[in-house]
Amino acid sequence: MKPSPFRYSRPESVTEALVLLDDEAKVLAGGQSLIPLLNMRLAAPEHLVDINRLTELSYVETANGAVRIGALARHAEVLACESAAAAQPLLRQALRWVAHPAVRNRGTTVGSLVHGDPAGEMPAVLALLGGTVRVASIAGERAIPASDFFLGPLETALEPGELAIDAEFPALARSGSGTGFAEISRRRGDYAVCGVAALAWLGPDGRVGGASAAYLSMGPVPVVLDLTEAVAGAAADAATFPAAAGLARDRLDPQPDIHATASYRRHLAGVLTERALLAALADARETVAA
Amino acid sequence: MSANQGANGAEVHEVRLTVNGAARTANVPARRLLSDCLRHDLRLTGTHVGCEHGVCGACTILLNGAPVRSCLLLAVSADGADITTVEGLADPDGTLSPVQQAFAECHGLQCGFCTPGFLTTITAGLAATPNPDDEQARDMIGGNLCRCTGYQNILAAVHRAAEITRERAAEPGGRS
Amino acid sequence: MSSLFGARVQRVEDDRLIRGHGAYLDDLGNGALAAAFVRSPYAHARITDIDVSGALDVPGLVAIYSYEDLTGRLAEPLPLLIPHPTLTHGRTPYPLAQTEVNHVGEAIAMVVATDRYAAEDAADLIDVSYEPLPAVVGIEAARAADQLVHDDVPGNLAANSTQEHGDTAAAIAAAPHVLELDLEIERSASTPLEGRGVLAEWDEKAARLRLWTSTQTSTGVRAAVAAKLGLDLSQVDVITPDVGGGFGVKIVHPWPEEVLVPWAARLLGQPVKFTEDRREHFISSAHERAQVHHVTVGYDDDGRMLGLDVRFWHDNGAYVPYGIIVPIVTSTQLLGPYKPPAYRVEFDSLYTNTVLVTPYRGAGRPHGCFVMERTIDAIAAERGLDRALVRERNFIQPDEMPYDHGLIFQDGRPLIYDSGDYPAGLRKLKDLVGWDEFPAAKAAAAAEGRRIGIGLACYVEGTGVGPYEGAHVVVETSGKVKVATGLTTQGQGHQTMLAQVVADELGVPLRDVEVVTGDTRRFSYAVGTFASRTAVMSGSAVALAARKAKEKALRVAADALEVAPADLEITDGVVQVKGDPESGISLGTVAVLSNPLRYAFDEAATAATQFAGGTDMSRPPIADDDEPGIEGRAYFSPVRSTFASGMHAVIVETDPQTAEVTILRYCVVHDCGPLINPRIVEGQIHGGVAQGVGGALYERMAYDETGQLVNASFMDFLMPYASEVPKQIEIDHLETPSPLNPLGIKGVGEAGVIPGAAVLAAAIEDAEGIPIRSMPMSPSDLFELRAACESQAGRR
Repeated sequence: MKPSPFRYSRPESVTEALVLLDDEAKVLAGGQSLIPLLNMRLAAPEHLVDINRLTELSYVETANGAVRIGALARHAEVLACESAAAAQPLLRQALRWVAHPAVRNRGTTVGSLVHGDPAGEMPAVLALLGGTVRVASIAGERAIPASDFFLGPLETALEPGELAIDAEFPALARSGSGTGFAEISRRRGDYAVCGVAALAWLGPDGRVGGASAAYLSMGPVPVVLDLTEAVAGAAADAATFPAAAGLARDRLDPQPDIHATASYRRHLAGVLTERALLAALADARETVAA
Repeated sequence: MSANQGANGAEVHEVRLTVNGAARTANVPARRLLSDCLRHDLRLTGTHVGCEHGVCGACTILLNGAPVRSCLLLAVSADGADITTVEGLADPDGTLSPVQQAFAECHGLQCGFCTPGFLTTITAGLAATPNPDDEQARDMIGGNLCRCTGYQNILAAVHRAAEITRERAAEPGGRS
Repeated sequence: MSSLFGARVQRVEDDRLIRGHGAYLDDLGNGALAAAFVRSPYAHARITDIDVSGALDVPGLVAIYSYEDLTGRLAEPLPLLIPHPTLTHGRTPYPLAQTEVNHVGEAIAMVVATDRYAAEDAADLIDVSYEPLPAVVGIEAARAADQLVHDDVPGNLAANSTQEHGDTAAAIAAAPHVLELDLEIERSASTPLEGRGVLAEWDEKAARLRLWTSTQTSTGVRAAVAAKLGLDLSQVDVITPDVGGGFGVKIVHPWPEEVLVPWAARLLGQPVKFTEDRREHFISSAHERAQVHHVTVGYDDDGRMLGLDVRFWHDNGAYVPYGIIVPIVTSTQLLGPYKPPAYRVEFDSLYTNTVLVTPYRGAGRPHGCFVMERTIDAIAAERGLDRALVRERNFIQPDEMPYDHGLIFQDGRPLIYDSGDYPAGLRKLKDLVGWDEFPAAKAAAAAEGRRIGIGLACYVEGTGVGPYEGAHVVVETSGKVKVATGLTTQGQGHQTMLAQVVADELGVPLRDVEVVTGDTRRFSYAVGTFASRTAVMSGSAVALAARKAKEKALRVAADALEVAPADLEITDGVVQVKGDPESGISLGTVAVLSNPLRYAFDEAATAATQFAGGTDMSRPPIADDDEPGIEGRAYFSPVRSTFASGMHAVIVETDPQTAEVTILRYCVVHDCGPLINPRIVEGQIHGGVAQGVGGALYERMAYDETGQLVNASFMDFLMPYASEVPKQIEIDHLETPSPLNPLGIKGVGEAGVIPGAAVLAAAIEDAEGIPIRSMPMSPSDLFELRAACESQAGRR
């Protein structure tokens, strides 16, 4: 399984990259999703623009209430970044589930967003947190909110000629909120059969104020559900949240595949919603206690 | 980046790598995978190819010290990198590394095809986590497939390698 | 010097391999041309046109071949390796499809180019026109035969076979209790980490073909390739390189590539290499797949079987080059350690438009074991009896050995178990897993809301299958011992295990023994590596050959030392008078002496030249019935197979919410007779267990209704990582030696995998209280099964 021939460019700066990015071009960053496609000849771009020299884009910055991850920051680097984990714990909670260490050493977080696999962890995290992807072309820059970014399976709002520069993940509010991540995959490191990223916050009365969750492998794009109506007013240390689980089961419409039936996925969505919610609320209670 | 015409009229690029401490050069088309470049252009056939989609881990090498899948890297993309393959794990005098020795002692290989990927992965893994517990050891090898051993003895080899490393460090003139 | 038989020696193979100095097929042939194939994207289609014009300008292209280029015997179908009288409608593929393709992946055209990249470029541009035909997928569709795979095979039926002993119908009719069960078991495939590969060099001047292939049978490939290419056997050398796993798939031969690549090498006058990629391995090698069984069993109040009738349907894929070995093994090995007085088994082997089905580690035994063990468990459940007790009641007893089942086994010989002690094995297993204590543990877990269950499964495995293996042992003048046997190695440690046997027999240090396998230049009469036969067959052959060499060495040394051979022993490579180390001469020197020379090529050789002295002038230098050198050549050919056995017990926990299955304990008791290298044996069991677990809980070839293999990659075909196998495998063993070979041993290569599906099904059933009649079982499958049972219960 070898790639078809392609024209190859390796720009040394972002400016150079933007000039090179013609309509035929595909960007190569980590390559952990793209190169398997090239090897299997499921993708055969005419022009490959390798951005691995754009070290100016390898930043993981925590500032102004957000974690900003540059296009060349590897999953492993984001995972290891303590300030990022402190600002937005969901990043580390989710990244642990991305493939295996060797893949995380090379694959980029922004790359996985641009790849746009609804079974991927990071698109769901971006969608849940209402993050933004900043893209650039020779015509200029634009910021695309997560809600507009994911259009379908492996399809994003990125236009030909555009390069994703970085992605911004809003930080977790200081106190009274928490995040949780729960996933079930067939083997350790596989794509999720079902995964849930959850955000929960406490009200001023110390009871549950609200929650939302984003779902992996449950639709053509990450599905974000507002769970507030099902959880608001509940005790913050409740052991179960059947209403939230029920809401998830009702609202989601997963597809079957060779690994799982639709009804099993739907069932898991309920189970994992509870698990992620419980984790998020435990987190939230800790920030209040601290 | 220098490029010119290669054998089949394809544009070739000069790729400079440091492989197992030695400066190596190859002139390859852009689409040449690093795994093929190491194996066929540089004649280091110890790195094996099991799937070419990044799942089996047989092709794992150390890129600037970190384990990566060489089947998912273009050789040109790795230009300038410092690479360690299985051939570079033993000492210059031929002494097996702790991980290699542990594999032999623990019967950690049968057909040996997946083994180079495990050896590089565990070498890096133990550098980061020198005294892994069972769960950490399992995580360390969790991304490499083996069809022969059922992993039991590979896990034993991880722990034995950690032990050998400690033993060697404790030797007079201790080395690891 | 202590015996090496039974010693946990480190493997001699390892040093090379851990340094990255292995020589697997793709590591060879640097500079050879590369082959790639155009393969059918349809499961069933007629080829109406092959247009290569678009490929001709691809840089690096050397040649393109299709069926019309094939000549002579190459234009005939590939051989049907194992005929059988009931295999009345055997069909095999052409090396390149003639007019019809019968599975996705079938080879249509071969491209040869300067490298694999260019070859794939050209293959992409070859335009094949198809007329798609309806595809037959799955046993149900094959049986219904609304569509046919092969036009001239009615009912898609390759074979219908029956074996019986006793009057089963009468026994069942007279039985106090009768149960009927429908069972379905799907296996998966060998999927070694290294796929297939072939490298061919044609030497025009010498008119010789040298072929390297990642195979389990060097002699099989040699004979088939010579026949297909119209060469004398002596013109063909086949060398097996290091092989990255086989597990059965590499016993099939000749693959189309194995005949086409040498043919092209000869036509082009250049070496040609084919290295299969992972997708090709999924769609154009071989799998082992589904069987559907209907069981009727009659038994008494104590759960003793009185009559067992098994009717099953076997999916053999699009072609049967390996015959019907898999269902024959199922039919016979299904009996396991039990002795139903009447047994009837009938199977239909059916064609489907999917990849070939040939043996994968276990070779039909896992199917048989699943069926038998589920049946026994069902009897126990119906009778309200302990599952181990029912097994004990049905066991063949040790004093009934040898036990003749009255059937014919896969080697064409009577199915007669030579030895075994199944009651002792079960006692050990019950001890190991804590069988009697489990009910209390289960109740305690239930009180915590946890579901745990225990399963048990027994198997018998015919190993050391004939017809023969041979070996050659020679002591060189350096004292080094060179051993050759013709079968092959794919990681089982043969070089170490066989060296241990020879070192013991001859009395030399292990490090002085070097073993070569699978090279027809070194040993050219052999069968191959399969059916857990190497230790028995080649182990016995090298032992016998070593004994001959030893006898000769003692005779030559006795002459030189002027003592009787019976007064001598060999210790550490030195031949000495028993108990008198001072008297010794090295084996190397004995080798020198055994070859009377005219010319001394080195100083040591001087001792053997004609004026060296001490010669009996009344006798010729070499006697009439003698030969120069210290060599032995021997063959071992058993009267029939020897039967190993074992039993596994597993404790699982099932998650009430997610239906995930976790293995808490995995226990193995096995009997393969005396162990040559316990470390190697354990490794084989570990690997087999991992494949059993993988096959029961994770792996499945997912064909859609059009015959597309939907999961033809490691991303979606779920081979277990370390996280999916049991954290520990607890092993105990017993040894019932075999009377059928000089070492008294039995095979163990497949043992670990055989009861995997059976034991996990049993444990899950025990945890869930739901009958498990179909495997594999994913969490989604279990979830749906739970739901189906609940809704059934709801309706009552």
